[in-house]
Amino acid sequence: MELPVISNTAESGGGGCSSHSCGSTADQLNQIPDEILQKVFNHPCYSEDAHHHFARMHVAVAPACNIQCNYCNRKYDCANESRPGVVSELLTPDQAAKKTLVVASEIPQMSVLGIAGPGDPLANPERTFATFQMLSEHAPDIKLCVSTNGLMLPQSVDEIAKHNIDHVTITINCVDPDVGAKIYPWIFWNNKRIKGREGAAILIEQQQKGLEACIAKGVLVKVNSVMIPGVNDEHLKEVSRVVKSKGAFLHNVMPLIAEAEHGTYYGLTGQRGPTQDELQALQDACAGDMNMMRHCRQCRADAVGLLGEDRGAEFTLDKIAEYELDLEGAAARRAEVRDRIAAELEEKRNAKAAAPAPKLVALDMSGLATKEALRPVKMAVATSGGGVINQHFGHAKEFLVYEASEKGVRFLGHRKTDLYCSGGDTCGDADTTLQQTVKTLEGCEVVLCSKIGYEPWGMLEEAGIAPNGEHAMEGIEDAVMAVYAEMAAAGKLVAPVEAPAQSAA
Amino acid sequence: MALEINDLCVNCWACEPLCPNKAIYSASPHFEIDPDKCTECAGDFADAQCAAICPIEGAIVDELGDALNPPGSLTGIPLQLLMEAAGALEGTAAKVSSS
Repeated sequence: MELPVISNTAESGGGGCSSHSCGSTADQLNQIPDEILQKVFNHPCYSEDAHHHFARMHVAVAPACNIQCNYCNRKYDCANESRPGVVSELLTPDQAAKKTLVVASEIPQMSVLGIAGPGDPLANPERTFATFQMLSEHAPDIKLCVSTNGLMLPQSVDEIAKHNIDHVTITINCVDPDVGAKIYPWIFWNNKRIKGREGAAILIEQQQKGLEACIAKGVLVKVNSVMIPGVNDEHLKEVSRVVKSKGAFLHNVMPLIAEAEHGTYYGLTGQRGPTQDELQALQDACAGDMNMMRHCRQCRADAVGLLGEDRGAEFTLDKIAEYELDLEGAAARRAEVRDRIAAELEEKRNAKAAAPAPKLVALDMSGLATKEALRPVKMAVATSGGGVINQHFGHAKEFLVYEASEKGVRFLGHRKTDLYCSGGDTCGDADTTLQQTVKTLEGCEVVLCSKIGYEPWGMLEEAGIAPNGEHAMEGIEDAVMAVYAEMAAAGKLVAPVEAPAQSAA
Repeated sequence: MALEINDLCVNCWACEPLCPNKAIYSASPHFEIDPDKCTECAGDFADAQCAAICPIEGAIVDELGDALNPPGSLTGIPLQLLMEAAGALEGTAAKVSSS
């Protein structure tokens, strides 16, 4: 039998991973109309292509919040923590605008400025819109976007439309107040704190109204949802359907972050986050309905740089205050970089379009006794970019997860190894980094890397994950398919699914 | 008759714009309420606005020192768990500062 493989054209040697290594644009944005694609093409958070080339930043100007979520705690800001809603330094609108202009001068790939907190940007409308106002004046080429819980969105839509903000992200975790009552203990509404189901019902109504109003004004809307097992996991399929029918163009399902040391309600009451497999299964279930974002990194509200990196520490308030801006020069450099990247992406797209039909890999099935269907296999890949397997296992900050099946290779998502906390022993976590990394790879049967040490090798095998360093410097999809073919030939892929733990025994 | 902000305050700014008397001001290490201006919102709102939006249990107290939002009242976290968490956090903080 023959297995189709996505054709691999030679990649240019730019930084970051190649587009196909992170799931092709065609996979995830294919249902989106051209006019929206035009708007998002250089937005790193929305476009698979763009996130390798363009940088974004968040400025923390919006500290106040008007609701409480059970996964949030405003009390602690640990320097080791990296999760949404956490920042090290609050900025005034003047400082935020200056910081953005400085970063956009130093990093000409800067294309997007977002305000995402650390509270709710629309609960701080004066600070948020003052920042946007200054930026649309001094750097009109930079796209502006804002994230919100949606409570004040209907009231803010006119102001949003005024400021050249074409991207709004609403966090919608439910469309049913009974589910909402388990996620939101209270909201602040009309000068009162409203608790329980009543508060959740108001929040849901406002979110939906706000979504509709944005769409009516031509403002792009992405919806974020936090997957909370046992609370809204099944329900998010319904959320996906509803928000899509109203015109949201992307739905981003993110895993709950609930560590006891964060002091959140969920963290302290033992609510668990989803496993990587559960998250992927839900993303798959929703993807039938809607385009999903597989490359979201759950950034901090003060992140700076390319997605997955944070250069925030380079831009201290002192440095920003002293920096002498050359607005025109910086804008010209950005325009140059933008044009160059646009040309590269265009070339890539054309190359893809012109490429011959998918290359077929012949799979020797003679060793198999039966013609039974082969089960799909998840594999993790360590790469530092370029679409090839070129990273040492121990150096990988994240793994790309692919699914190989008889239909070919499919990109599933990223798994970070240093999730949320890099504090190590200061945070009192018993697991070693290595143990955590192995846990991160749950559900994968193979991990492909350039090299791997003796200790992790043993631990991976023990966990039922086969380490594989035989495909170093090879193209990812080809290697994944080759390993799949080997597994098929060895008779390891005959359904029913064999539990990875047993195969190790 | 005036409310007070204590050192549990995380400086989130939520209360400041809501005060009908402009009694709340940014200060270091945390926001303060001018006792001469604070009316506890009597005559303006049914609930004191700062306490109605404050996300931190125990951060706003009355003249007797009683919290308007006592522990557990906003998050719903059982007291036992809150106390355990506070103990664990102190341990962490001590470790961080000593390192």
